[in-house]
Amino acid sequence: MIYADNAATTRMSEAAMQTMISVMRENYGNPSSLYAFGQRSKEILEEARETVARVLGARSREIIFTGGGSESDNQAIRSAAALGREKGKMHIVSTAFEHHAVLHVLERLKKEGFEVTLVDVHSDGLVRPEEVEAALREDTCLVTVMFANNEIGTVQPIREIGEICRRRGVLFHTDAVQALGHIPVRVDDLPVDFLSASAHKFHGPKGVGFLYARQGVRLLPLIEGGAQERGRRAGTENTAGIAAMAVALQEAAEHLGERAEKTARLRDRLIRGLSEIPHCALNGDPVHRLPGNVSFCFEGIEGESLLLLLDDRGIAASSGSACTSGSLDPSHVLLAIGRVHDVAHGSLRLSIDETLTEEEADEIISSVKEVVAYLRGFSPVWRDLESGKTPHIL
Amino acid sequence: MALYSEKVMDHFRNPRNVGIIEDADGIGEVGNAKCGDIMKMYLKIRDGIIQDVKFETFGCGSAIASSSMATELIKGKPVSEAMTLTNKAVAEALDGLPDYKMHCSVLAEEAIQSALEDWRRKTGEAAPEAE
Repeated sequence: MIYADNAATTRMSEAAMQTMISVMRENYGNPSSLYAFGQRSKEILEEARETVARVLGARSREIIFTGGGSESDNQAIRSAAALGREKGKMHIVSTAFEHHAVLHVLERLKKEGFEVTLVDVHSDGLVRPEEVEAALREDTCLVTVMFANNEIGTVQPIREIGEICRRRGVLFHTDAVQALGHIPVRVDDLPVDFLSASAHKFHGPKGVGFLYARQGVRLLPLIEGGAQERGRRAGTENTAGIAAMAVALQEAAEHLGERAEKTARLRDRLIRGLSEIPHCALNGDPVHRLPGNVSFCFEGIEGESLLLLLDDRGIAASSGSACTSGSLDPSHVLLAIGRVHDVAHGSLRLSIDETLTEEEADEIISSVKEVVAYLRGFSPVWRDLESGKTPHIL
Repeated sequence: MALYSEKVMDHFRNPRNVGIIEDADGIGEVGNAKCGDIMKMYLKIRDGIIQDVKFETFGCGSAIASSSMATELIKGKPVSEAMTLTNKAVAEALDGLPDYKMHCSVLAEEAIQSALEDWRRKTGEAAPEAE
């Protein structure tokens, strides 16, 4: 199998897996227990926290371990909203192409009386900081903008947006789930107040992540119960998963430069090759882009058929097509950058890492070319485009 | 667990009756405005019998499989029988479709019915067709 769906999830690193197994086998004690065996688990937990904090340029106490990216997003937004409400600030600024872990929370908050402004992400998939600033109001309690988009890979001007928020005294949250471990992300260098991360996107285990909350910024718990995580996240800690996450993050940070460079070269090889297909377009800015993201729309075909036929050829990829969404709507991300329904229907996302070989990249290119041509061969939409009955968009 | 039944995958991978009929007696094109799938059916009808049927589909695996199965179910059959084709029959012949993909079989039924209507309009045949 050629695995090209690393934005969905990644293979666990061997070192992380070994750590996880070893902690589960040797250190199953509860970190809250007072005897030495429990306290050893507590040490493992705190060592992991220090590692994560060091990689991120944060203080240990600013790291809250959670059950993953979605939980981190939920907690940061819910907490900022609750504190905003206390001060009569009930306006939140975000973007139209956030992950559903952000957008659906915002939808819920709207029902609870909040107002939400979603700024435009433009056809290049990039947020304009000045438009974020223009959206700010006296009663804005939070700005939340993702670090890098999960579907089209565009990397947002987080520094500029953060500086605006800092200057205007508004809390700033960024969902860095797709960015961390793949491009440089350091909070000692960036004006962000909250940052969400998920271990399984950087070769760690699933079901574990963390939330960075800047010291001095209040954070309310989402899950109430015991006093774990200094009262900010109840529940016995997933010690093995957390330790493995720290190992994976450390590893990702150590190799970040070389891996990103190699991955970006393969990405550009894929982009060049796929661009040869007639009437296609790359989604998102080619430069401000995650090293592993390749996202295309092909006219006249539908994404799920493309994925199934690629699967038959041993290639695992993803699409923002309506048919793959489980609902009837195509990806909100592709619609947000202005792709019309028909075009968004024919989308393909390849998300690679540095272990992909050039031969595999070439195999992906030739397979996609074949399958797109085959599907267009009996597509009534393609026939109308080719006969001139409807105009080509791409 | 596979997304689709073996039957669906077979009809998706090896769709029957793909293509167009240049001198078709009836053509039907339908689309699901929401999801965006589009199906086009071409019929060749002689003496009340569907002699040939071809299709073109822009859509997902189950849309392609539904089109293919629908053509198989009506090919060589009397028009009167084709007119009673339901989406349920298409889905059952495919050993079922996931709930959220049932609309693909509806599209196949509609495409066939639309092509039959086109044929009736062109030939002035009264509906329903006598055996």
